[in-house]
Amino acid sequence: MIEVEDVYFTYPSGVEALKGVSLTIRDGEFVAIMGENGAGKTTLVKHFNGLLKPTRGRVLVDGVETTKVSVATLARKVGFVFQNPDHQLFCETVEEEIAFALKNFGFSPDVIEKRVEWALNLLGLSQYRKTSPFMLSGGERKRVALASVLAWDPKILILDEPTIGQDYQQKEKLRQFILQMNAQEKTVVVVTHDVEFVAECNPRVVLMRGGKIVADGEARKVLTNPEIVEQASLVPPQIAQIFLNLSDLGFPRDVIDIYEAKEFLTKAFKGLR
Amino acid sequence: MRRKPLSAVETRMAIIETKNLTYTYPGAAWPAIKDVSIKIEKGEFALITGPSGCGKTTLCRCFNGLIPHFYQGELKGEITVAGLRVQEHPVYELATHVGMVFQNPENQLFALSVEKDVAFGLENLGLPREEIRKRVDWALQLTGIYELRERAPTELSGGQQQRVAIASVLAMQPEVIVLDEPTSFLDPLGAKKIFEVIYELNKKLGITIVLVEHRLDLTAKYADHIIIMDGGRVVLDGEPHAILSSEEARLIGVGIPKATRLYQMLKAEGVKLGGKVPLSSEEMAEKIREAFKRHD
Amino acid sequence: MSFFDGLRFRRVSSPIHNLDPRIKFIYACVIFAVAIIFWQLLPLVVLFVMQIPFVLIAGVKREWFRSMKGAAFLASIIFFTNLLFPFISAGYVITFSSLEYALAMTIRFLVLVGSFSIFFLTTSPDHLGLALEQSRVPYEFCFAFTTAVRFVPVLAEEAQTIMDAQKARGLELEKGNFLRRVRNYIPILIPLIVSAIRRSLELAEAMESRAWGATKKRTNLYVLKLRREDYLFAAITVAILAIAIFVRLCFYIPRLEEILAGIV
Repeated sequence: MIEVEDVYFTYPSGVEALKGVSLTIRDGEFVAIMGENGAGKTTLVKHFNGLLKPTRGRVLVDGVETTKVSVATLARKVGFVFQNPDHQLFCETVEEEIAFALKNFGFSPDVIEKRVEWALNLLGLSQYRKTSPFMLSGGERKRVALASVLAWDPKILILDEPTIGQDYQQKEKLRQFILQMNAQEKTVVVVTHDVEFVAECNPRVVLMRGGKIVADGEARKVLTNPEIVEQASLVPPQIAQIFLNLSDLGFPRDVIDIYEAKEFLTKAFKGLR
Repeated sequence: MRRKPLSAVETRMAIIETKNLTYTYPGAAWPAIKDVSIKIEKGEFALITGPSGCGKTTLCRCFNGLIPHFYQGELKGEITVAGLRVQEHPVYELATHVGMVFQNPENQLFALSVEKDVAFGLENLGLPREEIRKRVDWALQLTGIYELRERAPTELSGGQQQRVAIASVLAMQPEVIVLDEPTSFLDPLGAKKIFEVIYELNKKLGITIVLVEHRLDLTAKYADHIIIMDGGRVVLDGEPHAILSSEEARLIGVGIPKATRLYQMLKAEGVKLGGKVPLSSEEMAEKIREAFKRHD
Repeated sequence: MSFFDGLRFRRVSSPIHNLDPRIKFIYACVIFAVAIIFWQLLPLVVLFVMQIPFVLIAGVKREWFRSMKGAAFLASIIFFTNLLFPFISAGYVITFSSLEYALAMTIRFLVLVGSFSIFFLTTSPDHLGLALEQSRVPYEFCFAFTTAVRFVPVLAEEAQTIMDAQKARGLELEKGNFLRRVRNYIPILIPLIVSAIRRSLELAEAMESRAWGATKKRTNLYVLKLRREDYLFAAITVAILAIAIFVRLCFYIPRLEEILAGIV
């Protein structure tokens, strides 16, 4: 469980990035933190594994205050996958890359071997085991980065902008993967401004703007509120746009899922006949 | 080589034309693009899409001569842009005809002020100072960033930075602007503004736009022409409504706009909304509204 | 990354900021030259005090003090070495004159740092690049200079992100002995270098696409033109130099020791 209690954070440069954020993420939840660039999303999640410590207020991970333990200790529980895989890949082979964190955490060699094997399989990277991560395509590098974090099986997984530059199929795979992780009782926190992606996952959405949380709730409720969404420099998902446009005909305002939209419209049209 | 007879029907001129274009990067085992034959007409808004690694970016690099001049490697086949054979003209000459906007705004702005950045290309061309001033102001106004002209690019938001990048190629008054996934790093509202700016340049000034994009949800409605690539080849090429409603497009795994998908899914259920497939939420909503009215 | 923050030029406007960078540079050089021709404490203190009005007019007090504080370590080294040699040669006694001399040398150094700080704190890198260009420095060099200034903060930020990413994977930079600690930085350095290479390739591509190298005779959006204030400032600079030379050649400058002796 992650508890954020009235957290303020100011960067050394004087930029006040968080202005009184309170939030509780329970075990096994799937949360999307959304909002415009510079709203404080990444700053907030960097508090979850202690990379940043609050200037005021406090953050607790499973009841332990983040100021009391090292990043390395917190990282065992909270896996953080950064936006750009090139910011972390440095080993000669994919295998070593995945083993890096395991070595840091002091796992024994035979455990490391097993975990690496498991992570390679999980993300379909087995054939690249001995390949240099730098030889892989962008999408594959992103997968290596993800595997290198999943390898130590953290119970909370944070993904910072995982969909940037990804094509439709890659996003679809990622979505399946997240849902699978979430089904295994892992807490998943995704930082993103990709509304279509979120609309397809329908997680809890925390909307941020100017260092504050402006909305918190089910995706279908938050993303279908045009004023709030626009304030956060987002646009409602396309299905929501259609239904909002037609709300004067008595259409529900909170549809974001294409299958739900199809069901509704099919029924509505059959009723006409 | 097949020579096409001049026909009277062909009133619009092709501004970009490739024939059997094949290119292999230096040291690569196989070509990044294979046998690409496309034709983009003057004044068109063309959208190129396809899965990652399909060769979209490589094709764009051919349009302003980065391939073969900057990247070397082996280029086979024919490519003419604005009447110039790309192989025979240096990048700086092609740059005055084809403007390129890249994905990452951070890596295409070099100067310490916005207007200096917009002037960069013109300075390189050695234009007289008064002319540069005039064109810089013109480009800044068209992209809506005139007020930001004295700011440092690093102080701006990603969306504003990308508009600076557009202004800086616009100032060179090219016939074509090529944008390679210009909004990947932007939030949706910022992205929307960029697409609106591009659309305006296309409609008002008649500049040919070639946009590379994954997110068809946001862009399909602007396009006159869609080219879908896969594995280095062009697999679909034509009018957007026809392309996006085709079964092939879906199978390749292109992100068909949700509005289009919904229309198709309803059709499969026996709900016929009539007319062309919609490309945007507005079009789709309009169709549903009309269908309801007809039944009233 | 406070070190890099110092390189981030703060865009403000003041009479000093608006002066022509070339004149400001000459001013800094003149002050340097004047500081060299004197070795007595008194004129050097005068020279040091003379910098203060400029700092105040430019409104860069805080930044200027910060760079002086940065120079403090080197200044103290200069002070002690200058004290040490006469101390040894005089038979292990500190004389008043040796103290005065050491102090004078330290202030000479501070004058140097202070005047060049004013120059860098009040000249935007943009202007500096422009000044270089118009002083017939090859354009490639000027471009390299402004691009470096533009990208140093970007790289610094990137280094921070990479450090965070590796810390999130359990890397502990402060762990182990000296050799181990150096090795700890490999996971930071490699991604930093790789991404710098990628970045420079992208930059080169963007430059090419904007007609880089189209003509040998490049024009520039801005021109530096000397204005009335610049001529005035140039006159002040020349006056300072003239007076200093005149004083040096025609007057005997008493040492502090002698002045104090005179009073007593």
